[in-house]
Amino acid sequence: MAPAPTQQQKVDLREPPSWRRTKNRIATTLMVLSFTLVTIPLGFVLFTVIAKGASVINWSFLTSSIPPNVLPASFGGIGPAVLGTLEITALATVLAVPLGVLGAVYLNEYGGSRPLARLIGFMSDVMTGVPSIVMGLFIFSIWVLHFGFSGLAGAFALGCLMLPIVIRSTDEMLKLVPDSLREGSYALGATKARVTLTVVLPAALGGIVSGALLAVARAAGETAPLLFTILTVTTANPNVFSGANTSLPSQIFVNASSPYVGAQGRGWGAALTLIAIAFILMIAARLVTARFARFVR
Amino acid sequence: MSIVTRQRQGRPPGSLTERRPVGDRTFQVLTLAAGLLVLVILVLIAVSTSQQASSWFSAEGTSIFSDSWNPSAGQFGALAFIYGTAITAVIAIVLAVPVSVGVALLLTEVVPYRWARPIVYVIDLLAVVPSVVWGLWGILVFAPWIQHIYSSIGSGVDGVPVLGSLFGPPTSGASFFTAGIILAFMVTPIVTSLSREVTATVPAIDKEGAYALGATRLEMIRGVVLPHSQGGIVGAVLLGLGRAMGETIAAALVIGSSATITSHLFAPGYNMPAVIANEFGEATGVFRSALMGLGVLLFVFTIVINVIARAVVQRSARRGRGA
Repeated sequence: MAPAPTQQQKVDLREPPSWRRTKNRIATTLMVLSFTLVTIPLGFVLFTVIAKGASVINWSFLTSSIPPNVLPASFGGIGPAVLGTLEITALATVLAVPLGVLGAVYLNEYGGSRPLARLIGFMSDVMTGVPSIVMGLFIFSIWVLHFGFSGLAGAFALGCLMLPIVIRSTDEMLKLVPDSLREGSYALGATKARVTLTVVLPAALGGIVSGALLAVARAAGETAPLLFTILTVTTANPNVFSGANTSLPSQIFVNASSPYVGAQGRGWGAALTLIAIAFILMIAARLVTARFARFVR
Repeated sequence: MSIVTRQRQGRPPGSLTERRPVGDRTFQVLTLAAGLLVLVILVLIAVSTSQQASSWFSAEGTSIFSDSWNPSAGQFGALAFIYGTAITAVIAIVLAVPVSVGVALLLTEVVPYRWARPIVYVIDLLAVVPSVVWGLWGILVFAPWIQHIYSSIGSGVDGVPVLGSLFGPPTSGASFFTAGIILAFMVTPIVTSLSREVTATVPAIDKEGAYALGATRLEMIRGVVLPHSQGGIVGAVLLGLGRAMGETIAAALVIGSSATITSHLFAPGYNMPAVIANEFGEATGVFRSALMGLGVLLFVFTIVINVIARAVVQRSARRGRGA
């Protein structure tokens, strides 16, 4: 408690005393300042990545093979890494999104408030907090040790990261589907599976797709789960199911630790490519949400 | 007759008299299996990684927590990495939480809706920047720049009792503190959006009541918003802490890669995810098993923190609804 205002002063009932207004103003300034503090590193990172990456990127950079680290940035490119990221992320999406949506359907349509459903819901929240490097170690011990490095192993690790995110975002969307839709379909004599597949899921489709896109964006940028599952090679491997592979994030990791300016330059180019992919996915998610929102109204 | 039967079969589940069609039951089993997959994966993570780490646990016994880490001499004590993980995560949280709560309050209490959306976009953008890009920027741009600041602070406080041992030399661009700062950038979006979720649920009538009593906005926030959302913010902070402990690649690039236990925050260090990422590829035998064991410890720590955090969040959400 601060000291009371001076007695005998004429009290203005509409405005608080000046020291209270000052404290309030300081607090507001601090809040605005904290937002400014957030934008500074973001702006700095984006500026650096664009400034250093844009000078490297062109079509041949995105498609040609990865040269030895000593060569200057104008040589070669990151083609194998682009290919690897696209195929591994796509495979992870195919694995994780259907399973995640089914899991969310269980939580929301079948499980209700049963203890098992509540446990699964709670544990998928907890699973979003499992460090990505642990997912890499996990797939290494159950898959790579027996079947060797492959894009598939990387996709398993990324899929494990995506699964709880997809479950959570889909669950939120299914909760928003009004019960009257379900009841209307039951009244027409449809089975629960049919109601879920033809009424509930289509009604929530926009939200589900946009949540899945955000999960893909998150997975596409992950390095740690891929380090010990795909092994980061410099040659292109179009076969995602066998043999060591590479990806944009792992290639950036290698180049960032390299002392050669050329390799660092290619790292900036790869970073710009990766951020561009993530942004495109994020914007796509926003567009899907906006379009979906219009349909609902 | 047949029409009647078909109509009966089409009843929603819950009807006790009719068997449900096979397809319907198969679908239910499928969804249950997908849900159970979460539990199966979590159990498999614990079992398979502990199995791979067993030779470390049996070879070192209780000295897995010793402070001597020397792979070439066969010494694998994890204390330096646990220490580094704790230090960097705490630095990240101390830096990120005031800013995140500030932005969350700015969004829910200060700015009008049409300004809030672009601010949320900016926070989302921060979350979209991949870990490895933070690491690349951190080691090539940020660390060399902040090194000068560290060395001038370091020479300034050298010899001062407490400050000297925290911020004094030796200083290096790649250090505990640099890793903490980069991790702070990465946990800010999470803590912000979780805090915003709880501050947004404060009932408008409570806030209006405070304003009607003549409170300024700050007094309203301290008297209404913060008490109401305390639990949720604590949960958000814990989740941010768990995330900061597990973030790997950015820390691996900027932490300095030196397994030392020191109070000097500007000195190079190491943490659990970073040492796994950097060394696992070349490790064999007990060394590999020890790194796998670090993964097990990391998994246990983050699971415990996440369980506590989620429980706190759920409890405060229930109480918020009841109030």
